[in-house]
Amino acid sequence: MKTSNVILQSMTKVLLFLIMIFSIYIFFAGHYTPGGGFVGGLLTSGAILLLLLAYDLQTVRNILPVNFLYMVAVGLVFAIGTGAGSLIFNKPFLTHAFGDLHVPILGELHLHTATLFDLGVYLVVVGVTMSIIQTIGGDDE
Amino acid sequence: MSLLHLAIIAPFIIAVFVPLIYKNIKSVHTGWFILPLPILLFIYFSSFISKTTNKQVTMESFSWISSLGIDFTVKVDGLGLLFALLITGIGSLVILYSIYYLSKQKEKLNTFYVYLLLFMGAMLGVVLSDNLIVLYAFWELTSFSSFLLIGYWYNREKSRYGAQKSMIITVLGGLAMLGGIILLYNMTGTFSITEIVAQADTIIDHPLFVAALLCILLGAFTKSAQFPFHIWLPDAMEAPTPVSAYLHSATMVKAGIYLVARMSPVFAEDTLWMGLIIAFGLFTLFWGSFSAVKQTDLKSILAFSTISQLGLIMSLLGVGAAALHYDQPKYFTVATTAAIFHLINHATFKGSLFMVVGIVDHETGTRDIRKLGGLMNLMPITFTIAIIGTFSMAGLPPFNGFLSKEMFFTGMINALHMDFDWSIIIPIIAWIASVFTFIYSMILVFKTFTGKYQPEKLEKKPHEAPIGMLISPIILASLVIVIGFFPNIIKPILVPAIETVMPMYEFDVHISMWHGFNTELVMTIGVIIVGVLLYLGLNKWRGIYGIFPEKLALNRFYDGLLDSMYKGSHSLNRNVMTGSINHYLSYMFLFMVVLIIGSLFGQNAFAFSTDNLAPIHFYEVILTLIVAISSIALLFAKSRIVSILLTGTIGYMVSLLFIVFRAPDLALTQLVIETISVSLFLLCFYHLPKKLTDDPVPVKVRNAVISVGVGLFVILVGLTAHSTKLFDSISQYYIENTYSEAAGKNMVNVILVDFRGFDTMFEIAVLGIAALAIFSLIKLRRNGGKKIENK
Repeated sequence: MKTSNVILQSMTKVLLFLIMIFSIYIFFAGHYTPGGGFVGGLLTSGAILLLLLAYDLQTVRNILPVNFLYMVAVGLVFAIGTGAGSLIFNKPFLTHAFGDLHVPILGELHLHTATLFDLGVYLVVVGVTMSIIQTIGGDDE
Repeated sequence: MSLLHLAIIAPFIIAVFVPLIYKNIKSVHTGWFILPLPILLFIYFSSFISKTTNKQVTMESFSWISSLGIDFTVKVDGLGLLFALLITGIGSLVILYSIYYLSKQKEKLNTFYVYLLLFMGAMLGVVLSDNLIVLYAFWELTSFSSFLLIGYWYNREKSRYGAQKSMIITVLGGLAMLGGIILLYNMTGTFSITEIVAQADTIIDHPLFVAALLCILLGAFTKSAQFPFHIWLPDAMEAPTPVSAYLHSATMVKAGIYLVARMSPVFAEDTLWMGLIIAFGLFTLFWGSFSAVKQTDLKSILAFSTISQLGLIMSLLGVGAAALHYDQPKYFTVATTAAIFHLINHATFKGSLFMVVGIVDHETGTRDIRKLGGLMNLMPITFTIAIIGTFSMAGLPPFNGFLSKEMFFTGMINALHMDFDWSIIIPIIAWIASVFTFIYSMILVFKTFTGKYQPEKLEKKPHEAPIGMLISPIILASLVIVIGFFPNIIKPILVPAIETVMPMYEFDVHISMWHGFNTELVMTIGVIIVGVLLYLGLNKWRGIYGIFPEKLALNRFYDGLLDSMYKGSHSLNRNVMTGSINHYLSYMFLFMVVLIIGSLFGQNAFAFSTDNLAPIHFYEVILTLIVAISSIALLFAKSRIVSILLTGTIGYMVSLLFIVFRAPDLALTQLVIETISVSLFLLCFYHLPKKLTDDPVPVKVRNAVISVGVGLFVILVGLTAHSTKLFDSISQYYIENTYSEAAGKNMVNVILVDFRGFDTMFEIAVLGIAALAIFSLIKLRRNGGKKIENK
């Protein structure tokens, strides 16, 4: 680094969490308000991208020791697994279930299997964008 | 499956074992193991003679694809039996001959006999099948095995050329015939020849009748080497001589004759059938005999002679068909008798002549009549056979050719009873062709066996052929004489065959050598006198062949056609498939524009209505204007960075439009995606040249025209689609059920993950594939391989 990036790096430390929280909010709020797995995933990758810009590729790899291609695979497994789950209950593929569930500590929760599907979408989107950016950015030639 | 089926399939079964025999038993010539088969088949088929003379037809069916009306039905009637006897009889003689002709050491006998057996089985299938599709299958198998046999010496270029030529022409005809068969099926609803013949009266007025007739005739003419499709036959002479004797004189080339004879009861009601067959047959007859005289190669003479004789048989069949159209059918039925009779005679003498030529070739090393001469004393037996064969071919007494030639003249003279003005040319052409036939027959025998002996020009010292080689031609030559003297002994075979061709008439055939002093005899005497004179003065008038320009020769035309087809498609390909994406896109868009705008106005489908239009807001106008301005600016941008930024502008404006049109999810996604794609563009930008390439002006104009067209068609289609709403939207269902069924309030998201989650699942799969592809493209480059291992 020739020049100092103190301001950028300091701001990143703050903004990163804001963006992350916003993206998680967008993800969870998707079923009721605009948002969902796709935008949430894109925003999360935006946060990581900011990290990449402020630091360098190797630092980000140290911070997030994740192989994003595996993340794509995990996301796909989530999406397909959610769909296949309905088959166990003798329902057509991708039939979602929802209902209120009483969980200790957290209390009454309204849960929906579509969230698991959306989580798959989220993971795939993060994995795809990050692996594309890392691959292209990490290419020396 | 009956014994009859087995008889047809037997050659194929034996063919499977030929290579085994060849590999394991080296000491005995493979042909000896094949020989019993055709003999047995011949004996087996002979047992049907008594049945067919009593007009008994043997039919056996074997289910193949019954649901499509395709069954392996075989039928032995007079015509089929005659051909089956020819195929197996001459087949036996040819195999015997080939045992002595082909060397055990030098030749690959296994392939030869496999091909020959394939051919024999296929030919039996053609003549005995009652189902047209089965007949077609066997028909193509004869073309195919003939191709293999002509190209038997595949290391010679001429063999390959001849094989290819015969394949192209006969398969062309075969496919036309398939078309005819399908048309017949359309008309009658059956593939069975027997049933089609039964319906012959009802289909004559069918609109497809003439098309079927032409297609079937094309198949028959190509197979039987009728003008102008005869050109493959002389080139097929590159095949080993036993093959020429068998395929190209006695059997395969008669498949077309067989087809015409077989289909006569169906088509002969139409005068077109008769006219075409007579015209093509007569011209082929004349052209073949005329061309044969100028040949110098013995086998070429025989090839053109075969063409000519096939034309003769064909024209006789045509005249025979006239019986249906004119009064007093007995004038014309004699022609059918002559056709079938000559068919048998031709097979006997032409087979023996090919074998004679094979012997001459084998013993002297050449077939060129300019090098041959004076072999009479060296090869007396061969000479005798040749004399018998050629004299019979020329139509001289006391051989069988004389009888059929007399009947031929009778048929042709009776053709005068056809009441059309030019019918006199039929006997005249027939007579002239007979004169030429006489001349080339004389050339064939006298230029080879008499005259000056020129040992210095010959590769080998000639001597009489081994006895084994002579057996077959001797048998055929004796048949020539026996049929010549006692023609009525073949009546049991002949009459049922004629009756199959013309089932509506009674035939009482009685052939006699001396039939009184009549016009036919005068014509024959005329042929002999003029023929002898012309033969003696051959050198004086041979010059007329030089007058005919070589350029107009059909072979030139064929070669030119093939060459120009190759070159034409090559240059077409080169001009269209330029490898330029620009060109390909131009074609695609141009076709889209032409097709869609054309059909929009051609079908009068364009619609425009101002109903259901929403009021336009101020924001929308502004945003659309910005998009439009950026798009136009994009077209004229000189540097890449400007283009990228303009693209970004358009993307963000679209995102704003989504907001205006109340699509928050889309707006969010569009915003983020646009940002990411612009940054990806910028990543690539670093590696790209700064300036956009400058196309020349004409290309720009062309592209502009096409783009305007595409824009126009999209607008037109959009307007039309908007103006013609046929159904209400189904969105009401989603609005009502989003919360009650799927427990969500964001309808877009509920549709994406719940109502239509299946699409989403595969869209994320697409994303995953894209990521993998980018990863592979970058990391798996030739030099990038190492990095993967490090990771």
